[in-house]
Amino acid sequence: MSFSEFIDMHGRAFYVWGSYGMALLVFIVEIALVVHKRKLTLKQIRMMRDAEGEQ
Amino acid sequence: MAINWFKYSAPSTFYALAGKLAPWFAAIAAILFAAGLYIGLYVAPIDAVQGDAYRIIFIHVPTSILSMFIYLVVAGYAALGLIFNTRLSAMMASAMAPTGALFAFIALWTGAFWGRPTWGTYWVWDARLTSELILFFLYLGFIALHASIDDPRRADRASALLVIVGSVNVPLIYFSVYWWNTIHQGSTIKPTGISMETTMQEALLTMFLACWAYAIAMTLWRVRSIILERERTAQWVQDLPEAN
Repeated sequence: MSFSEFIDMHGRAFYVWGSYGMALLVFIVEIALVVHKRKLTLKQIRMMRDAEGEQ
Repeated sequence: MAINWFKYSAPSTFYALAGKLAPWFAAIAAILFAAGLYIGLYVAPIDAVQGDAYRIIFIHVPTSILSMFIYLVVAGYAALGLIFNTRLSAMMASAMAPTGALFAFIALWTGAFWGRPTWGTYWVWDARLTSELILFFLYLGFIALHASIDDPRRADRASALLVIVGSVNVPLIYFSVYWWNTIHQGSTIKPTGISMETTMQEALLTMFLACWAYAIAMTLWRVRSIILERERTAQWVQDLPEAN
C-alpha cells in the first residue's frame, strides 16, 4: 500500500480521518484541560496561603 | 503480606499513589494506541462490504463500550460515597465522569461518520443511537449539577442520586439492538465465536485496552487536582513540595 493510497482510504478519507481526527482533538483538549486544572489548583493553594500569611 | 486497602481510601495516601500510577497508565496507553492504530489503519485488510470506512470501528467500539462501562463505575463510586459517606469515592466519580462523557461524544461522532458511508445517513432517531445520546446528556447533567452546588458534600449527594437513577439507561443501550427493531447491528463478538479477521480482532482489542489505560490515566490525574482542591486546608497539602 502506497502512502497516497493510505491517505485516500479508497475514497473514504473524509470519514476515516474525520473520525480519528476528532478523537485525537478530544484527547488533546482533555489532556490540556487536566494539565491546566492541576496548575490552577496548585496556584490557588499558594495564593490562599500567601493571603493567610499577610493577615 | 496483606495489603491494607483502606489505607488507600484516605485522600492523602491515594494522592501519592495516583501520582505514581498515572504516568505508567499514560505510557501504556500511548504504546497501545500506536500499535492499535498501526494494525487497524495499515495492517488490517480492507473490508469486503464496507470498504475502508469499517476502520472507524477501531475507535468507535472501544469508546462506546467504555462510555457505558465508565458510567456504571461512576454510579458505583457515587453509590459508595452515598452509603458509606467516603470522601474519596465521590471524588473518583467526579474525576471519571468527564472522560466518560468525552468517550460518549467520540462514540456518537465516529458512529455518525461511519453511518454516513455505510447506512447513508449521519443520524437516525434509532433506539441505540438515541439511548447513547441520552447517556452523553446524563454525563453532562451529572457534571453540571455537581458544579452548580457550592457545598461539595451536598453536590456529591445530589449528583450521586442523578447518576444512580440514570444508570437504568445503560442496559437500555446495551440491549436496545435486541429489544427493538433498529438500524444498528448486534455484537460481532459473541460467546459462540468472533466473525472477524484476526488482525481486525487484534486492532480492536489493542485499541480497547489503549482507551482503557487512557481513561485510567486521565481519571488519576484529574482526581489528584480534585483531592488538592477539597483538602486544601489540610496540613499534608500545605506540606507538599509541589504546593510550595
